[in-house]
Amino acid sequence: MFQVRIHGRGGQGVVTGAEMLSIAAFLEGRHAQAFPSFGSERTGAPVVAFCRIADKEIRLREPVMEPDALIIQDATLLAQIDVFAGLSENGYVVLNTNHTLEEMGLAEFAQRFRAERVITVSATDLSLKHVGRNAPNVPMLGAFAAVSGLISLDSVAAAIRDKFSGKVAEGNIAAATEAYNIAKARMEAAHA
Amino acid sequence: MGHQEIKFYQTGTFTVGNRLLPPEQRSVQSDIERTNSLNSGHRACQGCGEALGARYAIDAAMRATNNQLVAVNATGCLEVFSTPYPETSWQIPWIHSLFGNAAAVATGVAAANKVKALKAGKALPETRVIAQGGDGGTTDIGFGCLSGMFERNDDVLYICYDNQAYMNTGVQRSSATPPAARTATTMPVGEHPGNEWGQGKNVPLIAMAHGIPYVATASVSDLRDLEYKVKKAMSMRGARYIHIFVPCPLGWGSASHDTIKLARLAKETGLFPVFEAEYGEVTNVSKIRQKQPVEEYLRLQRRFAHLFGKKPRLDEIERFQHMADQNIRKFGLLGDDKATVGYYGAEHE
Amino acid sequence: MLKQCEGSHAVAEAVALSRPEVICAYPISPQTHIVEGLGEMVKKGDIKDCEYINVESEFAAMSVAIGSSAAGARTYTATASQGLLFMVEAVYNASGLGLPIVMTVANRAIGAPINIWNDHSDSMSQRDCGWIQIFAETNQEAADLHIQAFKLAEELSLPVMVCMDGFILTHAYERVDMPTQEQVDAFLPPYSPRQILDPAAPVSIGAMVGPEAFSEVRYLAHAKQMQALELIPKISAQFKEIFGRDSGGLVRPYMLEDAETVVIALGSVLGTIKDTIDEMRADGISIGVLGINSFRPFPVSAIRRSLSHAKRIIVLEKSLAVGIGGIVATDVRMALDGLDKRIYTVVAGLGGRNITRSSLHRVFRLAMHDQLEALHFLDLEWSIVNKELDRERTTRRSGPIAENILRDLGQAKSNVG
Repeated sequence: MFQVRIHGRGGQGVVTGAEMLSIAAFLEGRHAQAFPSFGSERTGAPVVAFCRIADKEIRLREPVMEPDALIIQDATLLAQIDVFAGLSENGYVVLNTNHTLEEMGLAEFAQRFRAERVITVSATDLSLKHVGRNAPNVPMLGAFAAVSGLISLDSVAAAIRDKFSGKVAEGNIAAATEAYNIAKARMEAAHA
Repeated sequence: MGHQEIKFYQTGTFTVGNRLLPPEQRSVQSDIERTNSLNSGHRACQGCGEALGARYAIDAAMRATNNQLVAVNATGCLEVFSTPYPETSWQIPWIHSLFGNAAAVATGVAAANKVKALKAGKALPETRVIAQGGDGGTTDIGFGCLSGMFERNDDVLYICYDNQAYMNTGVQRSSATPPAARTATTMPVGEHPGNEWGQGKNVPLIAMAHGIPYVATASVSDLRDLEYKVKKAMSMRGARYIHIFVPCPLGWGSASHDTIKLARLAKETGLFPVFEAEYGEVTNVSKIRQKQPVEEYLRLQRRFAHLFGKKPRLDEIERFQHMADQNIRKFGLLGDDKATVGYYGAEHE
Repeated sequence: MLKQCEGSHAVAEAVALSRPEVICAYPISPQTHIVEGLGEMVKKGDIKDCEYINVESEFAAMSVAIGSSAAGARTYTATASQGLLFMVEAVYNASGLGLPIVMTVANRAIGAPINIWNDHSDSMSQRDCGWIQIFAETNQEAADLHIQAFKLAEELSLPVMVCMDGFILTHAYERVDMPTQEQVDAFLPPYSPRQILDPAAPVSIGAMVGPEAFSEVRYLAHAKQMQALELIPKISAQFKEIFGRDSGGLVRPYMLEDAETVVIALGSVLGTIKDTIDEMRADGISIGVLGINSFRPFPVSAIRRSLSHAKRIIVLEKSLAVGIGGIVATDVRMALDGLDKRIYTVVAGLGGRNITRSSLHRVFRLAMHDQLEALHFLDLEWSIVNKELDRERTTRRSGPIAENILRDLGQAKSNVG
């Protein structure tokens, strides 16, 4: 079972992101379970959502406390809450920021993890560019697909079409694709 | 010897009865084919205004709907005296659920009827629904459901039989109890006798504020008018409300034979304005034929006896008179006066 | 057809497939997505010949449902928590009148203090209201149970409450095999009422009944629920024939045959318990779980039969009967009357507190060594509780308990951090 925890703020589509991830996994024939942290979600407040992916029925209902991957949609949360709690050394991190890990002061911290598994992507900019609004959740999924290799970009696109239609869907797919390519390039750079 | 002119009837009265009227103008109740929807043998008190009002209202509604009628009843005197099992007096499909939900239950019945009509390929259901309750079940505990039914404009005629207190439980104050009245919870002791002034609510006006198709007040003193209003209400669709003034000999401390007289005095003093309104605007008022002082009305009821004792409360009686005169002005109850109340926000559909 | 969707959406679709005729909607978390979904389906014409009514309160929702059901329409509504309590008078009325309304309760705690998260306090508060109460373990089962509920309700002329964990199920996306309309139509015939408000054959419904017959009327309500004990497994079997999967029934055993220790629970927490039990079984521990699907009627015989080999029982419940302890546990004790078994009550998950495998491992192991107290509160912060008790001993005007505790918690956290 692969467990993903998504951190963000109310209005950034955190819950929708987890749901789309579960749809993408479902479309690949996997079992998937997505659920929010069930707060009274207010715009701007910290929000957490979870997604489990497995090859058999998922019965577990506890929150994801030891994630295999973290998707952090809002870097300002790093100063507020322990978003990395429970993440193993083999874990994946996708962080939405325009800065590098060094600029974020995370270079030392990141060394605990495998370099090609900790990737930054400017998801907010990509969503503004392709969708016209601050909705980093979809490009983050594109980047996650690249980093984790768990789901294909095609499945992400199909999940987007399940949730959105028309221009919004196409914009989001473009944003996810660009994020996917950026993440791929950065992984290869990290490997090199 | 000159001719003496014989007056068969006076304008505006029906004292001669139905025989002289063309058949279509005769009352439903005078017809051999009346449905006796609320059949005889029930347990209402002697002189019960509610029993009389309900009998006329429901039979009129039956006639208007070609006997395709369901009645929903709030808990209260009417529900209790017309049942229990298996001695129900109701000759029509009838349901009692709770004290405070008659309007909502009726909404449900109307919805079911509508679905059945749709499934049968009809645009509108033939079976219509009436909800009925006393003033407690209408103006107090059932008020939320009533307002909800109004604002959704559900196809329900709600009839309130207003006897101005909780009679079924032993005469306690409701929001329809008049000021200064003695009830079991507003006893005339101390300086300020009876129910407080400046409280209570006028549900017909509140109903009008919802902009619903039809609101009317009626009284058991004018049963032809009551039948006419029920018939008119049933000719319309959507939320409709009729508020019927029904004296209660037990609760008011009045003689059983004075029920009609009291109802007439309530209207003729101006204390109970009888009117119709459509989509929030007053369209018709029943004029006062011979204005009466409020004392005539109050004096017949022991619930106001403390105003007439050794030390008469002329101040209180004067406030009643003021209240009556205000109604007369507001509703234009005298001569050619026009009503000045009404909610003008709603558009006719 | 398999689809990945939200629990609320799956339930809305299952209700839609059941061809409801009147739906009453009033918003309250976490039930709201269900009636939102249904509203959209009615508006779009996906549900035909159906009245969707936005009522002004839960009390009105149940009252409208009473009217429409009595007038012969298949009727559905949904609620949770405070909403269920607000409609209580009408809830009792619906069952007293024998009206086959189906209602989802998206289980949520009851205030004060106000709390929107999951536990079973709401439906447990209505355990004696005369409704059948069935609990869903997964979203698949939640969807399936609604289709079964209409059949059950209408065969018995009794209302059915389908209980599903608020948020944990209602807001979870997971795989659901949605039935086809043909399947549902084959399973669920059109509603044929036992009593109806019909001008062609007038009846009085809901008139007064005195002492001479009231006991008999009440007994018959009980007798109908006893009939449900036989009907629920039958309907579950019929369901399996058409839809090809197990859903519903009275109880659901897992790793039970040889289990010395048996956990009893209701609803979605069964999944987490099963995972825990798999881990404990891998360690060679003799433990199993019995899920209770039908809480009302309470399947006394089925539970007694299922637990015949068990030495000890742990009733893990998301509800608390203040002043005595467990609600489910009390009923389980009655089912096991006269048998020599230790019974532990574990109150867990109140107001949405997470029930984790690690905590379950701990209490199950304590119970196995008979070191658990008879009534245990899972993961209770004793230091906080004791601090408040102490405050009340020493200060008359000690203030609102909930605020005191949250302040203490904040302090505790900042001390750590």
